[in-house]
Amino acid sequence: MSHTVLQVDQLVKRFGGLVATDHCNLEIRAGEVHALIGPNGAGKTTLLAQLSGELAADSGRILFEGRDITRLPIHKRVAAGIVRSFQITTLLPRLTVRENLALAVQARTGHSFDFLGTVADESDLDQGADEAARRVGLSDVMEQIVGTLSHGRQRALELGMALACKPRLLLLDEPMAGTDPEESKRMGELIHSLRKDHTLILVEHDMDAVFRLADRISVLVAGRVIATGSPDEIRNNPQVIAAYLGDDETQSAEPIQ
Amino acid sequence: MLSRFGPGRKIETPLLIGLPGPWTAIGVALLLAIYPLVMSAIGEDFFIIVGSRILIFALAASALNLALGYGGMISLGHAAFLGTGAYAVAILAKYGIVAAWVALPVAVLAAALAACLIGAVSLRTRGVYFIMITLAFAQLFYYLAISLPEFGGDDGLPISARSVIPGLPLDGDLGFYYFVLFIAGLAFVLLYRLVASRFGRALVAIRENERRMAAIGYPIYRLKLMAFTLSGGLAGLAGALLANLSMGVTPHTLTWHQSGILMVMVIIGGSGYFWGGITGAAIFLLLEETISAHTEHWNLILGALLLFIVLVAPDGVMSLRERVLKLLRGGGPPAPEAIPAGEEKTR
Repeated sequence: MSHTVLQVDQLVKRFGGLVATDHCNLEIRAGEVHALIGPNGAGKTTLLAQLSGELAADSGRILFEGRDITRLPIHKRVAAGIVRSFQITTLLPRLTVRENLALAVQARTGHSFDFLGTVADESDLDQGADEAARRVGLSDVMEQIVGTLSHGRQRALELGMALACKPRLLLLDEPMAGTDPEESKRMGELIHSLRKDHTLILVEHDMDAVFRLADRISVLVAGRVIATGSPDEIRNNPQVIAAYLGDDETQSAEPIQ
Repeated sequence: MLSRFGPGRKIETPLLIGLPGPWTAIGVALLLAIYPLVMSAIGEDFFIIVGSRILIFALAASALNLALGYGGMISLGHAAFLGTGAYAVAILAKYGIVAAWVALPVAVLAAALAACLIGAVSLRTRGVYFIMITLAFAQLFYYLAISLPEFGGDDGLPISARSVIPGLPLDGDLGFYYFVLFIAGLAFVLLYRLVASRFGRALVAIRENERRMAAIGYPIYRLKLMAFTLSGGLAGLAGALLANLSMGVTPHTLTWHQSGILMVMVIIGGSGYFWGGITGAAIFLLLEETISAHTEHWNLILGALLLFIVLVAPDGVMSLRERVLKLLRGGGPPAPEAIPAGEEKTR
């Protein structure tokens, strides 16, 4: 059995009276694709934001490879190897694809406080950008302005930005959001190909994709993980079925296959 | 091989828009060097002083441009740093320290320190709050200055002689002009290196999308604070030169009115363009100079003219070049502003 990469321990996040993350426990193993699913408002995005460092948890701990990262700012978590992508495409739309990727590489190589360093030798940035572009299939549009690309290609770049940071743990927030079936299929293949070198946490609404891609699935309801297991275990778990279909309170139930 | 990020590229993106080529820079430097000689030849010695004044404000506006244009930090308090630099020179002179090699560095450091402290607090806010808090800090400096009688209070602090460099005649207008040109020139080279460096690139990208830059591992707060501090230090240098030009400093240098003028200069010149602050300062001061020579209602006419410039070139005079090029090419790529698919969704 592979070792635990990320451990979430009794994590709590409150927004006023609302408990968005309610003593949440989660364990991510090295090399797995771990999907987080749950009805709308279950707190998936909030949890992801706490893992990436955008939101500070109110209590509880997050351990990454045994190290307590609960209070670490985003940039230190990125340096440690945790990188997220966004559900809503968050890129630098007025810049070229190459510039976007090179900026991600530059963050990794440091030197961003290098005020007077000449910008003559950029081969390291170029190489890193090329590599990430090849990975997500954007090599042909390197010099194009990002804002002029199709939505599907922007989604690919969204993932490419994260990959250019050389993460060990990737947090993907609905990578397939808004893509057409063809693009969605390609994104699925891409995610599948990443499992060799990365551990992935996948938040996704496309249940077909989740059950196809995930090694394990955790179901989040009202800020709590109610079940974790293989896709088959989750599919047949009575608690999960109830959470999605049963309760009268869960108005926003989504179909589960 | 030419870098694909360097100025050898075809597409201009915000990362390197408006960066001057070496020949432009040399040409401008040469023009500025012969300008006072021409003025003195045609007997318009007064315009040498105007030239010094324009150079000083070009430096101050460019310093603000680093924070405002490149860093997206809309500071309405840069008069505080200009004034800190000016007061540093005047206070040192009061205690008999007039050597330029002491006065100028002290002015820069004092202003940079002030910017670092103000920035450290202000950068925890954003949007309108950032504008208001920088304004509030600058007002604090203003009231501090008028409440200290030993440093002149309301009347300000005159200096009896300009900062000196042994062996150089800075007392005359011509000598002083070249001194300003030299110092400002160095500062512009520094600024160029700054905005063309990896630091400058990170800064522009943060302005474009802060959330994205945070997610790929940039320490946003530290980078912005560094830019704000450098911007304040350079404004302090301009202030030091200004105190020397006007033989003293008055609390007026610290008013929000002064901050506003710097901002107007950056906006009409082109915020985020290397020449933006310089062009803006030149246009503003030349208009002010010529109009005020003819009528006492020059403020009204100046205001109307500035409004006209902003209507013709909403992104500043320096943006006209691209707009003209785009028109000539017939359309060009679609306006980038139209694209972002909800990218500014805040947490």
